[in-house]
Amino acid sequence: MLSYLLRRLAGSLPVLLAVSIFVFGFVHALPGDPARLQAGPEASPAEIEAIRADMGLDGPIWSQYLRWAGHTVQGQLGVSTKTRQPVAQVIGERFWPTMWLTLVSMVWSTVLGVGLGVFSALRRGSAADQASMVVAISGVSFPSFWLGLLLIDLFSVQLGWLPTGGYGTWQHYVMPSFTLGIGVAAVMARFTRSAFVEVAREDFVRTARMKGLSRSVVAWKHTLRNALIPVITLTGLQFGFLLGGAIVVETVFSWPGLGRLLVDSVSFRDYPVIQAEIMLFSVEFLLINLGVDLLYAAANPEIRLS
Amino acid sequence: MAETVTQHPALTMPASAGADLLRVQGLSLAMPGADGPVTVVQELDLAVRAGETVALVGESGSGKSVTALAITRLLDDTGGRITAGRIDFTTRDGARLDLVALDDAAMRRLRGAEIGMVFQEPMTSLNPVMRVDEQIAEAIRLHRGMDDAAALAEAKRLLDRVRVADAPRQLQRFPFELSGGMRQRVMIALAISCRPRLLIADEPTTALDVTVQAQVLRLLRELQAEYGMGLLFITHDMGVVAEIADRVAVLQRGRCVEQNETAALFAAPSHAYTRMLLDAVPMLGALADEALPRSFAKDSLPQDTVTPGAAPVLEVRGIATRFPVRRGLRLRGRVHAVEQVSFAVRPGETLGLVGESGCGKSTTGRSIVRLELPDEGQVLLEGTDISRPSGADLARLHREIQVVFQDPYAALNPRLTLGYSIAEPIRTHGLAKGDAIEARVRSLLADVGLPAEFAQRYPHELSGGQRQRVCIARALASEPKLIIADEAVAALDVSIRAQVVNLLMDLQRRHRLAMLFISHDMAVVERVSHRVAVMYLGQIVEIGPRQAVMQTPQHAYTQRLLAAVPIPDPARRRALPPVAEGEVPSPMRRLEDAPIVAPLVRVGPDHFVARHSVGGLY
Repeated sequence: MLSYLLRRLAGSLPVLLAVSIFVFGFVHALPGDPARLQAGPEASPAEIEAIRADMGLDGPIWSQYLRWAGHTVQGQLGVSTKTRQPVAQVIGERFWPTMWLTLVSMVWSTVLGVGLGVFSALRRGSAADQASMVVAISGVSFPSFWLGLLLIDLFSVQLGWLPTGGYGTWQHYVMPSFTLGIGVAAVMARFTRSAFVEVAREDFVRTARMKGLSRSVVAWKHTLRNALIPVITLTGLQFGFLLGGAIVVETVFSWPGLGRLLVDSVSFRDYPVIQAEIMLFSVEFLLINLGVDLLYAAANPEIRLS
Repeated sequence: MAETVTQHPALTMPASAGADLLRVQGLSLAMPGADGPVTVVQELDLAVRAGETVALVGESGSGKSVTALAITRLLDDTGGRITAGRIDFTTRDGARLDLVALDDAAMRRLRGAEIGMVFQEPMTSLNPVMRVDEQIAEAIRLHRGMDDAAALAEAKRLLDRVRVADAPRQLQRFPFELSGGMRQRVMIALAISCRPRLLIADEPTTALDVTVQAQVLRLLRELQAEYGMGLLFITHDMGVVAEIADRVAVLQRGRCVEQNETAALFAAPSHAYTRMLLDAVPMLGALADEALPRSFAKDSLPQDTVTPGAAPVLEVRGIATRFPVRRGLRLRGRVHAVEQVSFAVRPGETLGLVGESGCGKSTTGRSIVRLELPDEGQVLLEGTDISRPSGADLARLHREIQVVFQDPYAALNPRLTLGYSIAEPIRTHGLAKGDAIEARVRSLLADVGLPAEFAQRYPHELSGGQRQRVCIARALASEPKLIIADEAVAALDVSIRAQVVNLLMDLQRRHRLAMLFISHDMAVVERVSHRVAVMYLGQIVEIGPRQAVMQTPQHAYTQRLLAAVPIPDPARRRALPPVAEGEVPSPMRRLEDAPIVAPLVRVGPDHFVARHSVGGLY
């Protein structure tokens, strides 16, 4: 078990290396010159050059990369070019708001999605099944920025029930989390439904019915456990989707998280923050996938025991 | 009384008439189809008494499994419907219920408790993520009101009863850790766990090897006698029917065409379809007095197609194919799929390669055409060693040796016309050009008894037998010298199977084809083979002229294999088949533990036997 974990972690290193090269390359390919932005409109060319050297943006691109990669490995993420605060501190402040928002969204959307999927599968072809799948498709189809604005207009502006944005109490979570999770819930519902329908046709489900078990015991005890195995894999992918979705939702709801930080950093060409943040997303994604594989093995004895 | 019954279950007489446990009257069933419901069973009458075994026989699509689902009312779950008739069942407390009229709650009290069922596919009929103990205990708790501990103890007792070795450990296992035979025993333990009055067994041994089939049939007979159950046995195999049934009902396309006592039905079948079914069943021993093979055709002649002393088309010398078993990065062992196998096939000759699943017979065939790469040994094609083939050698190999696989559904590309599939080898090997290709495709279709317009059709428009004919036409397209038929008739219904065997033998006659006929079906092998090789645990343990190997088998495994084959003749039913219990050992071995191999010993003209230990057998 431990050796499996270590092997998996070691296997992640080449992925991180590749990601770091891409991130660095893309960020530096962005149009715009951070030194000029930093220096302001009045600065002379000599001043701009001095700032450029100070920011570590002089010399050929590969040597810039090596310098950055070397520092990153040692845990020195540098200083934000915008606020002059250490990058670790900037990201640290924003980490938990995003993490909580993502986790809360993940939990409710998975529970609701799986539940709705099973509900539909059990009533396959009925009006209830079709209605819930229409809801599910709509859930995927709503652009989250638009849905977010609609919710703000209704619940905050007109009804005054919920705050328009910000972070702090549980009321602050309701709309952002709903906006973020609804797409995931919809995908989960559709996927669970089809996995469940497929498993329900299997021979062992017939065996379970032949024991005299009721339809609901067969569904929850025999069918669902098998249907959840592919759903677990999907959960990992959806988690990545949520991290990405947070960028839009946090902007709409002024959520003080990593997503908004990324948007702000990109518009200010704050290279150290952008790079550190995308590396953080990659590490999170790798860890989630590792967790998903472990869960997958836990749910599937054939994988676990071989 | 009980004692006698246990010892001679075959002799159990049906309980007195009038005490029908199950009486099906005028049953009609419909399944949903593309254009509305399709009637799949029509006005079926059937009765099963306590202690009696009734076989429901028919080919695929005859409606026999649907009937079983209707009796258990699991038909409701599949979208099927009972459109007419009644199913009367007498419960343990003497009540007589029409199952057609019961609701799901009432049916649930009968399922498992009074009606048990064993399904065909032991590999898929158990829940893959649940341990064996819970799968059995669940039913016991439900119907017998036992608590957890008592139910588990009962599950263990049941596994012992169905002779699962080391029951306490097997209970803790997941289904994928058990062999097919073990899983079917678990299924049986589950089905009888609440002492049902009626046991329905739907092709319970079809997916099993013949020696395991014999074990399971014997077990079912014992249990039936012990519990006094009525047994409704669904099968397509007349051999199994003759072994187990008191009465037989023959189904053809949803209609019962004949129903009779087993002995009477076999002795004097009254319906043409029954006669056809019985005629098509290969009976092991049918050619006991003949040296040469002979097809199933009515006026067939001995297949005298081998020229004595002719040089072999194919010679295999000591090939070994092993598959590494890794755990993590470390090599843990090897599956010795094929170990030191040698044989030769001459022009016009059929070598039958027989053995049970996992014995290496298919891997041997695949190793010859390099679908697997053998680790050792030589393959000689007309005297040329092609073990390390050049490009030209490979082209020749693929032209001169063709394979016909088991599953005609999977072996044809569903998006290509049949004509295109048959023409592909002709194009690949540049055997014809332009219009000549089309003419060749037409003549190949004619060769296999299909009309020329089939060239424009797609695989899904054909029946299984027709598809297998197309696969044979495709194999013939490159004008091969040798055909490897890998279980080529195993997936076909008996009547179709006989036709395809006849076709292969006819083609052999016309083209002097050599054939490597890989099969688990001893009776078919007897029909087609000039010589027979028996494989066990990756090695050939006996090889020789067909008559010598089958009439005077020298190796213990050959004897065991032949003894297990059910004979479609109730008059020859054995009181209890002499069954060797136990499982075939695994061909997987640790690295340092190489299997014993030694040259075979000559015991008669052209007849060789292994005299070294192969898996403990000599």
